[in-house]
Amino acid sequence: MATQILMPALSPTMTEGKLAKWLKGVGDEVKAGDVIAEIETDKATMEVEAVDEGKLARILIDEGTEGVAVNTPIAVLTVNGEDASTAEPPAPKSEPKVAAQGTDPAAIADQAAQGQRKEAVEAAPAPEKDWGPTKPATVREALRDAMALEMRRDGDVFLLGEEVAQYQGAYKISQGLLDEFGPRRIIDTPITEHGFAGLATGAALNGLRPIVEFMTFNFAMQAMDQIINSAAKTLYMSGGQMGCPIVFRGPNGAASRVAAQHSQCYASWYAHVPGLKVVAPWSSADAKGLLRAAIRDPNPVVFLENEILYGQTFECPVDEDFILPIGRAKIERTGSHVTIVAFSIMVGVAMKAAEKLAEQGIEAEVINLRSLRPLDTATIVESVKKTSRLVTVEEGWPFAGIGAEVAMQIVEHAFDWLDAPPVRVHGVDVPLPYAANLEKLALPQPEWVVDAVKKIV
Amino acid sequence: MAQAAETRKRGKTKQPPADRDLLLKAYRSMLLIRRFEEKAGQLYGMGLIGGFCHLYIGQEAVVVGIQLALTDGDEVITSYRDHGHMLATGMEARGVMAELTGRSGGYSRGKGGSMHMFSKEQKFFGGHGIVGAQVSIGTGLAFSNWYRGSDRVSVTYFGEGASNQGQVFESFNLAALMKLPVVYVIENNKYGMGTSVERASASHDLSKNGSPWGIPGKQVDGMDVLAVQAAAEEAVAACRAGKGPYLLEVKTYRYRGHSMSDPAKYRTREEVQMMRSQNDCIENARRKLESLDVDEKAIKAIDDEVKRIIQDAADFAQSSPEPDAAELYTDVLLED
Repeated sequence: MATQILMPALSPTMTEGKLAKWLKGVGDEVKAGDVIAEIETDKATMEVEAVDEGKLARILIDEGTEGVAVNTPIAVLTVNGEDASTAEPPAPKSEPKVAAQGTDPAAIADQAAQGQRKEAVEAAPAPEKDWGPTKPATVREALRDAMALEMRRDGDVFLLGEEVAQYQGAYKISQGLLDEFGPRRIIDTPITEHGFAGLATGAALNGLRPIVEFMTFNFAMQAMDQIINSAAKTLYMSGGQMGCPIVFRGPNGAASRVAAQHSQCYASWYAHVPGLKVVAPWSSADAKGLLRAAIRDPNPVVFLENEILYGQTFECPVDEDFILPIGRAKIERTGSHVTIVAFSIMVGVAMKAAEKLAEQGIEAEVINLRSLRPLDTATIVESVKKTSRLVTVEEGWPFAGIGAEVAMQIVEHAFDWLDAPPVRVHGVDVPLPYAANLEKLALPQPEWVVDAVKKIV
Repeated sequence: MAQAAETRKRGKTKQPPADRDLLLKAYRSMLLIRRFEEKAGQLYGMGLIGGFCHLYIGQEAVVVGIQLALTDGDEVITSYRDHGHMLATGMEARGVMAELTGRSGGYSRGKGGSMHMFSKEQKFFGGHGIVGAQVSIGTGLAFSNWYRGSDRVSVTYFGEGASNQGQVFESFNLAALMKLPVVYVIENNKYGMGTSVERASASHDLSKNGSPWGIPGKQVDGMDVLAVQAAAEEAVAACRAGKGPYLLEVKTYRYRGHSMSDPAKYRTREEVQMMRSQNDCIENARRKLESLDVDEKAIKAIDDEVKRIIQDAADFAQSSPEPDAAELYTDVLLED
């Protein structure tokens, strides 16, 4: 049977090339792997290897021909002493048929739009469950209790990170856990974020449920490839076969006087990535309820804590089963004049600002996002429809930040209700300085929020 | 042969399996990979496979030899030059080829491509496009075996190019500290893309790269499938016995470019030709089979069977429909 040798594509982008040279002539026997010709592309000269064996019966494209399109027949190969002269070359294979449904841009665009609309028309969520009696607890205790409760519940849950075991946690979040759960489940690692984040990701892909503590998220930059390329994308790349139930947690954002390399908010970095969930608790109840949900979640969850909040005390439900859903914001204070959206430590700043504003007769509604991805757009939209004004507050830098995203969601979904442009309050667009006075000038203060609100109310 | 496999599965001390049976099995597996890769190269040339496509031709004895030492349940993970590993772990040629053509019948339903394929069933954990990333993930697979107290071993493959990555050394340290059951296999094919190992690594014996952490290492002739198998048996046994990680540097060679678009100017045609003609792993196995008086018909039968499997895979990869547009949105997150 005669087979055609086609002009091969030798790179993802090649559409045509020059047939520079024939290295075999008509009548030559060729084996699979023999170099039969050289072709030139815009990038390089490359060799064409035979993939079948047989006799080179005809050359269809002379050497020196430029602009030979990929898939053009360039020669005919015959086998088993077949008569070359009469061997009719088979018709060239047509382009692979494309299922109209698969690549119709209009259909895909329509679907994408539907996805967005779905988010827009989603009703505001039902009121949060009442968990009954509470008692005061620090955020630190809440986080530890959440881990302990989940580790008692599921033997596949374990904690690893720097200083989590014998030292009891660099910030004492894992205090007492080594005693209760032992060194197999509370694991001290060397200072190798990239390596242990990858190790934990592998364990999660194989069905365990690791909690990875980063001493701070600043150091997680060393591990980011594993968080994004491995943990977040494997489910999609495996066609849904391999989930990655893992929590990456630790303090995020500025602490106090630790300067630029230890004081960055990574919220918008992680919230950018499909395949991750991103949570940023403020209160003890947030911390406990959301961390339990994060540990049970079948997906990778980035859990952004805040060092300054660790020692703060809030009322926290005592119910053994207390848990909060990821993806639901909380209205911390109701008001009708302006919506202030904040997350993590900035919720406290927003609350202080709201008190000051109330003294001046301005009633602010404060929304604690709690979850950044998925973002509870419905709750923000409902609020802005009531107040017609939006101020966002975040510690991080403004460019492509969470505030920018929230403002855009409102422009998309509640534009007609706005009475003023949204305003962002954010960390100053510089690396965080060390000097006490400069540091204070760089991070949002309640007064900044008050001023922002007064610009639009 | 079946009996030999059965003995191996139980992991008991056994008579050394007849070289002949083992070699026939290895020959079939290597030939399947070779023919698969040749077909993949052909389909790439026809524009049916897109993007990056890294062929394994020349290196077949590495994965086939190692796989002979494994039992069901052992995990395997590798880099983006992964088609051979998938076939060796028992994944079907059809599903792999259909993934290369981006069709719904592919292992990732067309969403992963050449570099990102997985099989939970065959314990194949990819297929990783980031050089070296699979090494710490593979160490984590071993961690999960350690955590569960199982005797499974994770085989973690990477190239000599990846062996210089920082996270590889981080992983060596973690695995040695925790005595994790992981066999690290460096497939030294001499070139990390276009840079020779001499120009990339100050270490000239990569099997010693784990020595600061006390990881035992061995250099192996990657053109002799039974030598690879024998070394792997030893490494796997050490891991199963709880002695911690083991490192094999398997000396091999890739005949094709790094990827399809590699003009291969960093080595001479003579060098490639010499490797192919004088020390090809499949030819080596064939010669040895002949010397063991294996019936030529038996070899021919394998050749024919492999040819049929590959043709079927190529046909399937072209007839399987493209993924439905709705697949764009699936598999981003799992529902609770």
